[in-house]
Amino acid sequence: MNGALRIQVSQLARRSVLRTLRQPAQIVPALVFPLFLLAVNASGLQDATNLPGFPTDSYLTFVLAVPFIQGALFSVMNSGTDLARDIETGFLNRLALTPLHGAALLSGLLAGSFVLGIVQAAAYLSVGLLAGAELAAGPAAIPVILALSVSITVAFGTIGLFAALRFGSGEAVQGLFPVFFVFLFLSSMALPLDLLTTDWFHAIAAANPISYLLAAFRSLLIEGWEIGPLLLGFGIAAAIMAVGMFAASSALKTRLVRT
Amino acid sequence: MTTEAQRTGGIEVEALVREFKNGPRAVDGIDLEVAQGEIYGFLGPNGAGKSTTVLMLTTLLPPTAGTARVGGYDVVREGPRVRSTIGAALQEAALDPLLTGREHMRLQTALHGLGKGERESRGKELLERVGLAYAADRKVGGYSGGMKRRLDLALALAHRPRILFLDEPTTGLDIQSRTALWEEVARLAGEDGVTVFLTTQYLEEADALANRVGIIDHGKIVAEGTPTELKAEIGRPTVEAVPREAGERERMASVLSRFGQPAGASPRGVAVRLEGGESQLAEVVRALDAENVAIEHLQLHAPSLDDVFLAKTGRSLEGAAEEEAEAPESEAVGSG
Repeated sequence: MNGALRIQVSQLARRSVLRTLRQPAQIVPALVFPLFLLAVNASGLQDATNLPGFPTDSYLTFVLAVPFIQGALFSVMNSGTDLARDIETGFLNRLALTPLHGAALLSGLLAGSFVLGIVQAAAYLSVGLLAGAELAAGPAAIPVILALSVSITVAFGTIGLFAALRFGSGEAVQGLFPVFFVFLFLSSMALPLDLLTTDWFHAIAAANPISYLLAAFRSLLIEGWEIGPLLLGFGIAAAIMAVGMFAASSALKTRLVRT
Repeated sequence: MTTEAQRTGGIEVEALVREFKNGPRAVDGIDLEVAQGEIYGFLGPNGAGKSTTVLMLTTLLPPTAGTARVGGYDVVREGPRVRSTIGAALQEAALDPLLTGREHMRLQTALHGLGKGERESRGKELLERVGLAYAADRKVGGYSGGMKRRLDLALALAHRPRILFLDEPTTGLDIQSRTALWEEVARLAGEDGVTVFLTTQYLEEADALANRVGIIDHGKIVAEGTPTELKAEIGRPTVEAVPREAGERERMASVLSRFGQPAGASPRGVAVRLEGGESQLAEVVRALDAENVAIEHLQLHAPSLDDVFLAKTGRSLEGAAEEEAEAPESEAVGSG
C-alpha cells in the first residue's frame, strides 16, 4: 500500500470509527437486541438439550453463537446506512473531488464495522461466560472468537456497502435487514443440523452458510479445538467479504462517475 | 491555438451538452469562457441547467457532447488533473453532522495529500479565515446554515485551488451570512487571483459579486456580459406609479402608455419602460397632474438583471422559479 493510499484509508477509517462511536443508536441495539434474544432462548429452550444427540447439556453455550451472527447483521445496516447517507447528502461527491482511491473509501468505511465487531464480540462473550456458558477450547480461544466475529461483521458490512452504492438510499439498506434475519432463522440457529428432522428445513439449513458460521463458534464453545469447522467458518467469512467487496467496488465505479 | 483561459487558471466551454434518459436536454450546447481571477456569475432559475453544468465542469458528470477545459485540462480526458486544480462547494453543504469543523478540515487536507504538519496549519488558517475558529471543535450538526456554508467554502479551499466552483452558495442564508460570504469570495478573486464560477438564482448576488454574468434558461445561455453591459442592453428604466384612488388605475395606465411599453408592476400600480429614459420622469408627473390623476406613490426603477432575464426569456426570474417548481421533476442530478 503506498503512502497516499495508507493516509486515505487511515483518515476514512478514523472518520468511520468516530461516526460509529458517536452514534449510540448504532451501538446500543446491536448489543442489547442479541443479548436479549440470548437470554430468552437460553432460558426458554434449555429442555432442547434433552434431545438425544444434542452436543451439550447447556443450551446457553449452544445458543451463545447466535448473537455473534445477529450482531454482524446489524453491521449490514450500519455500514450501508452510513454510506447511503453520504450519497444522499452529497458527501460522497465531496470525497470524489479529492484524489481518493475507491479501495480506500470502502476499506475506511469498513473500519467502523471492525470496531463495532470487536465491541460486540467482547460484550456477547463476556455476558455469555458470566451467565455460565462453557468455553471448551479454553481462554486461548477468546482471541479466535473475537477474530471470527470481526471477520463476519466486516464481511456482512461489505454487503451493506454494496446495497448502499447500488440503491443509494438508507431505506433500501434497512430493507435488507429482515431478509438477513430470515436467513438466520433458516439455519441451525436453534438446533444442530443433524437434529433438524424436517426434510425441507434441514435441506435449507444445510445449504445456508450461516449454519457453518454458527458451527465455527460452537466448535470452540462446545467441542474444543477443531480445525475443520473453524477453517470453514473463516473461509465462508472470507468468501462473503471477497464477493461483497467485488460487488461494492463495481457499484462504486458506477456510482462515482467522475471522469 | 492556446487561449488565455487555457494558459491560465480559466475555464473554456464549447457546445457543452448533457442529456438525461427520457428527459429534456439539461444543458443544451452552451459556450462560455472565464478568465483567471474573474468571478463569473451563472444566473438562472431552478432547473435551468446551472448545477448540471457545474457537475460537468467539476468532472462529476460526463458531458453528452461538447468540450470543456478547466485550468487548461480537458474535463473528460484529464479528470484527475482538473480535480487537483479546482475546489468546489456544491449545492447544499455536504458535511458530516457527526464530525467537528476541525475534523472535516483534517480529512479534506489529508485526502488532498497535504503533509501532516501542513494539514493542521492549513486547517487552522482556513477555519480562522472563514470565522469558524471559535466553533472548530463543535460538531457540524449544531452549526447554523451560514456556518455550514463557510465551512464548505473552507473545505473547498483546502488544497489551494486555482479555480473555485460555488453552486448556489448563499441559498437559504440570511443577509448577514450572505454578505460575509460575498466578501470572502470577492477577496479570493481580488487578492488571491482565484477564478470563481458561481451559480445563483439571486439577482443581487450576481449583480454585486460577478465581473461577468451568464444567464441560463432551459439549458441555453440567453445572455452574457458584465452586469452593466447587460443592463445597458435593456437600457430603459421603468417608472411605476400607484394612484391614490384605485378607480383611477385605468386612467393612469392610459397616461403612462404615452411614455413606453407596459412593464411588471405591483397589483395596485402601473409601470412602463420609459422610451426616453429617466429624463422623462418629470414629464410623466406633469402628464398625470394635467389629467388630475392623484399619485400615492411614484418610483423609478433602474434596469435590473431581472429586466434582462425578462427581456431575454419573456419571464421574470421569480416567475420562472415558480414555474419550474410547479413543473413535474425530470431526471436530473442537480436542481439548477
